Amino acid sequence: MSEPVKGIKSPVRLEYTVSAGRALSRFLAALTEARLLAGRCSVCRKVYIPLRSVCPTCAAPMSEELTIADTGTVTTFCIVNVPFEGQTMKLPYVYASVLLDGADLPILHLIQIPAEEARMGLRVKAEWVPPAERRPTLESIRWFTPTGEPDAPFDTFKEHL
Amino acid sequence: MREVAVVSFAEVAYPRSEDDEVELISAVIGRAMTASGIAKSEIGFTVSGSCDYLGGRPFSFVTALDAVGAWPPISESHVEMDGAWAFYEAWVRLQHGDIDAALVYAFGRTSQGELRDVLATQLDPYYFAPLWPDAVSLAALQARAMIDKGICSEKDMAEVARARRRAGAARRASSPVEASVDALLASPYVVAPLRSHDCAPNSDGAAAMVLAAGDLVKRVARPAFIRGVDHRIEAHALGARDLSRSRSTELAAEKAGAKGRHFDVAEIHAPYSHQDILVARALGLAGDVAINPSGGAFGANAYIVTGLGRIGAAATSIIDGTAKSAVAHATSGPCLQQNMVCVLGGER
Amino acid sequence: MKSPPQSKVLSAPYVLEYTYRRSVGPVVGRFLSALQEGKILGGRTASGKVVVPPTEYDPETSDPVTDLVEVGTSGVVTSWSWAAAPRANQPLDRPFAWALIKLDGADTAMLHAVDAGDIGNMSSGMRVCARFAAERSGNIRDIACFEPETSGKGAS
Repeated sequence: MSEPVKGIKSPVRLEYTVSAGRALSRFLAALTEARLLAGRCSVCRKVYIPLRSVCPTCAAPMSEELTIADTGTVTTFCIVNVPFEGQTMKLPYVYASVLLDGADLPILHLIQIPAEEARMGLRVKAEWVPPAERRPTLESIRWFTPTGEPDAPFDTFKEHL
Repeated sequence: MREVAVVSFAEVAYPRSEDDEVELISAVIGRAMTASGIAKSEIGFTVSGSCDYLGGRPFSFVTALDAVGAWPPISESHVEMDGAWAFYEAWVRLQHGDIDAALVYAFGRTSQGELRDVLATQLDPYYFAPLWPDAVSLAALQARAMIDKGICSEKDMAEVARARRRAGAARRASSPVEASVDALLASPYVVAPLRSHDCAPNSDGAAAMVLAAGDLVKRVARPAFIRGVDHRIEAHALGARDLSRSRSTELAAEKAGAKGRHFDVAEIHAPYSHQDILVARALGLAGDVAINPSGGAFGANAYIVTGLGRIGAAATSIIDGTAKSAVAHATSGPCLQQNMVCVLGGER
Repeated sequence: MKSPPQSKVLSAPYVLEYTYRRSVGPVVGRFLSALQEGKILGGRTASGKVVVPPTEYDPETSDPVTDLVEVGTSGVVTSWSWAAAPRANQPLDRPFAWALIKLDGADTAMLHAVDAGDIGNMSSGMRVCARFAAERSGNIRDIACFEPETSGKGAS
């Protein structure tokens, strides 16, 4: 008698065609033009990026869409040391929460900086890929790089941690 | 038991929506809240039903909370099941007596994937799922069992399908069938004995409902009181069940107080024509009841919304004054594995 | 990513893939081990019923099922449906029947495929026998499918 069966392989593979919805589609399309599209809540006036259809705290629609600057402040960050499938950046690298100027919600992206120099308050600017390479994805920004400005005071971003 | 009523219901459905889940839900939550006369601050509990596998994205119901405005933080729950079970959880929560209103919603976009294949992943992983039996193939086994027992014929199924699609055409997510029953019976099988008309088309959609108790029910003119609700589940293995009978629906109907009672309206959750026949039989419906005046699943079927939609349609018939009593049914799992029955009535 | 024509909504293909390996426990494990040997087991419950495939617990008493007995590799179709257009990963890539099959000695039916060739060859009550796969790994698909018993082909 062979070894009693202890387990089975149970692979799942499902194929989808996912659509992004109206607001997110507009945000993604704007990235091909190197534009960052945000929305302002009609009730609390906060500016959300990416553009979304409703404010998550008020459940109210956006009163306006606006393009915001591609500069901002690193609020918090992590340093990735562990290799993983699909990794493109050389280890160690910095992945950060970037509060763009004019927005009330940070976005997550890569920071092109030696890991030991990463810090909260670092001022950064987006480095866009060449126009021909831009697609409706946040990868149209290759990464954020330091601007060289003095670090932003903690008070300017402490509400966004 | 504490008296709880459905005080409002709203739904939206499309064959294929360009909205994402948040956009779909936003459309219905506002309408349901406004119609209830109850403010966001008076909602003591919020619960939703959805299925991550429809869109293939884990925890997709968390993003959906954007549509609810979860600030200040809310008491919230979720079931990875039809919104009817979210409704049940809200009803149980209201029994505790410390809150008087709950918001229930369900949403799903079946258009993102192939639902009949996705549903194979809900099956027993050792004995069923490795065979990848799709949902239509399994449903067809129950249809065959019913035909073999003489409970219905393919003609009966075509007649029900035709009637439901006609009734449901106004809900926009389905189109009515113009062909005669004979023409329908001449069309090819999808999985015999089921033909295309026997299977409710899948849609994208969302639904929202407000439940109230105590003084808050008085904010609407005709609340639909929940007189009884119960749900029962059978064995998962199809071969361990009698597929020609819905024993769990019979038992749930008995426990919910639906047995032997007259209803003006019955809303049955049956995405396949033969299931409509079997559930009507299990509920013991008399000849004079209007079955699925909304078209049921054949009007709109965002899969995980459809059961809540039946409760909502039944409640709406009381809220808008066209019915005094209604029974609603919801189902979950292959071949009617689990069934809920809800009895609704107007003011006594 | 592409936009559908006349629409500004973006869509993209997406594959959800998991490479699960599931532990099976002693009851399912013994059933799957027996399949590797060309045998089919059922679980005998307290009331004497034989459940195939075996469940870990008695559906009537909730007691653990420990008594596994061999049942026949042939039996009767109790219900069936016709997959005219087989889908990915299903047991056969030509039209076939799904069937609930009550094997000789069993009190419940198991789900599998029947390689009947034509819908006209299927009927409730017909007898079918298991066709075991040439290569077996301890999986329900060690039974490749069932076939009508009159075809005269061997079972294991």
